[in-house]
Amino acid sequence: MCLGIPGKVLDTFEVKGLRMGKVQFGGIIRETCLEYVPEAQPGEYVVVHVGFAISRIDEGEARRTYELLQAMDQLGELEAEPFGGGRVQ
Amino acid sequence: MKYLDEYRDSRLARGIVKEIRRVQRRPWVIMEVCGGQTHSIVKHGIDRLLPAGIELVHGPGCPVCVTSLELIDKAHAIARRPGVILCSFGDMLRVPGSECDLFTLKSRGADVRVVYSPLDCLKIARARPDKKVVFFAVGFETTAPANAMAAWHAKQQGIENFSLLVSHVLVPPAVSAILGSPHNRVQGFLGPGHVCVIMGAHEYEELVVRFRVPIVIAGFEPLDILEGILMVVRQLESGRAELENQYVRAVQREGNRAAQRIVTSVFEVCDRKWRGVGPIPQSGYRLRPEFRAFDAEEIFKVGDIATRESPVCISGLILQGIKKPHDCPAFGTSCTPQNPLGATMVSAEGACAAYYAYGRHLKDADNAAALK
Amino acid sequence: MSDASGPEMLGSCPVPLSHPEQIVLGHGSGGKLTADLIQRFILPAFSNPYLDRLDDQAVVPINGSQLAFTTDSFVVTPLFFPGGDIGELAINGTINDLAMSGARPLYLAAALILEEGLPTSDLQRVLDSMRAAAQKAAVLLVTGDTKVVNRGKGDQIFITTTGIGVIEHALQISADRARPGDKVLLSGSIGDHGMAIMSQREGLEFEGTIESDTAALHGLVDAILQAAGDAVHVLRDPTRGGIGTTLHEIASRSQVGMELQESALLVRDTVKGACEILGLDPLYVANEGKLLAIVAADRAGEALAAMHRHDLGREARIIGEVVAEHPRMVLMKTGIGGSRIVDTLYGEQLPRIC
Repeated sequence: MCLGIPGKVLDTFEVKGLRMGKVQFGGIIRETCLEYVPEAQPGEYVVVHVGFAISRIDEGEARRTYELLQAMDQLGELEAEPFGGGRVQ
Repeated sequence: MKYLDEYRDSRLARGIVKEIRRVQRRPWVIMEVCGGQTHSIVKHGIDRLLPAGIELVHGPGCPVCVTSLELIDKAHAIARRPGVILCSFGDMLRVPGSECDLFTLKSRGADVRVVYSPLDCLKIARARPDKKVVFFAVGFETTAPANAMAAWHAKQQGIENFSLLVSHVLVPPAVSAILGSPHNRVQGFLGPGHVCVIMGAHEYEELVVRFRVPIVIAGFEPLDILEGILMVVRQLESGRAELENQYVRAVQREGNRAAQRIVTSVFEVCDRKWRGVGPIPQSGYRLRPEFRAFDAEEIFKVGDIATRESPVCISGLILQGIKKPHDCPAFGTSCTPQNPLGATMVSAEGACAAYYAYGRHLKDADNAAALK
Repeated sequence: MSDASGPEMLGSCPVPLSHPEQIVLGHGSGGKLTADLIQRFILPAFSNPYLDRLDDQAVVPINGSQLAFTTDSFVVTPLFFPGGDIGELAINGTINDLAMSGARPLYLAAALILEEGLPTSDLQRVLDSMRAAAQKAAVLLVTGDTKVVNRGKGDQIFITTTGIGVIEHALQISADRARPGDKVLLSGSIGDHGMAIMSQREGLEFEGTIESDTAALHGLVDAILQAAGDAVHVLRDPTRGGIGTTLHEIASRSQVGMELQESALLVRDTVKGACEILGLDPLYVANEGKLLAIVAADRAGEALAAMHRHDLGREARIIGEVVAEHPRMVLMKTGIGGSRIVDTLYGEQLPRIC
């Protein structure tokens, strides 16, 4: 369980007392409940599960992790042959 | 898509796999708890990339699979009542009850609707004051805040024709049951990333201490899962048993407080029966007394349901990671997605269905022979 | 087995759902349930050498000519969706079924079943779309029928179109002709039509410009056949069930394996975003203006170039090849370098929460 997809908050507003927002996923926009991310602002990214944002994405942490992964990739020498020999395994 | 595509980068995936190969010396059995992680592993072919010594087993992280037969039969009984609109997440529609599934009921005239968000049910309830809208509220802790908000908001707004049939299950008791079983083979865990977004990490710390087993909270994209596996393997190779967080961009130690507040004001912990496993104490949520007016079990008094189970499938053993889908003689033959015998084949998230969809029903060496 | 410390870990499972005694929506999904319906009911009732081929059209001899003959029903709701409507679909869909045999589409018949209460302005809109689509494709609607059913007994409009075309070549184009070494060509992006419909579906609405890709493909087919002639072995438009189901079907009929490259598939940002949040796989989402062409390797490049020169094939690519290994199984190398098997869809693809 837990299909949670990152989306970009475009704007925020209230609907019947609930904090909502327009969140963009790739090229589409969906109305999303932002009650659980009260501090999320337009321009920030959130993880959305069943129409609710459940977390803000910490851009700093994301960058740090990604840089670690890139460093790992550069550590060993890159082998020349394509993965799996080019044929599906 | 940002924060998605970059975690599917093939070069970085290779880099992590190389590092896993470098670090791994002994064979290890690792379980990913979450159905979404299983799905991702099989969809991207991640386990095919791992060195042979790493065995991934799939845990009971599929709320659809583990929803008890009684509750499914109750949902069906409610859907049959005149004047009811039963709303459900898509996953639940094909899960067989004792007699049939929600799809079949729909074909017989029941008003069964797929919703994406629990709040959609409230829209329907407002639009149809003449109907009773019932929401089949399933899920792990990740979905509890959304389901809770539907109840909380309905109460606030005085929406009287809305109720929930609750079937929430909690992950830590299940992991505990697995680790406590004498047949347990699992040596390390990938923790459920989105469950921990809500609940935080402390419940898993307790498990680490109690069972001395490494748990790495992991995300869902290929790089998340691979990095999570690497972190587990590093711990196992060095004899450590700690809680680590791979999914740092989304998970905080204390979890999501705002979500926890609403969840605890709407739900309380209770015992729950897990399909294919049996009753696990204190492993589910039910509505608190203050929300009794929104409890579909109360409103519809579906009472005692006679359920029919037959001991053919080994869902339970698969859910615990003791067996693999292709260990089951029925897998891919008498048990297939369109004719499922058990919970794990029914749900798109279930280990058997994931295996079947992505084609593991043919052992690698016997492809041609196995095909009729 | 007993376990003092916790619950009994038994296996248990429900009574299996064997052959349903009623039609369910999944029977119309184009996947395994549909195939099952055809095998269990349709073929036994009508079996003959033409029907048994189960191509999208029948090619029948009449007085020395080869005619292509097909029919298709359109039951989509909503009637009007971004990029088209049921009328345009009904015309293009049947033209495409004819086109996939390399036939020149000539004449169509249309049967309309209208639900009592349908606004005549809606009917007018649908008819206008049908006229425009037929004109654009240079096909004549020569006969038809109209019925009205009681309110509640039909979903606004159902349209059945039947088409005939003439085969003016001697080529053998059929689902059982794929051969090891052939290349698999796809004319453009996947998932547009299905997600355009999904975006209008109650409870799943979202904003964004996902438009149906509905289009008549006979001109594109012409261009491919001019360029690669008898090197073209199979032509199929991957409608219900998506390219996953269609390629699996071809592999089965031809008794060959296939190997695809996920990185070669084109999925628009909008379609991708929608699929991600609903947990749907674009491989299995319907397309209405795309075709798959299986072409011998030595002429595949020419076929591709011809597609690129055509409006409807600008984004065409080679997405894989036919192999002798693992017959009837379609494998795909995933974006991260792993591999997965592409099976057929079994029922309706549903949004998931996991």
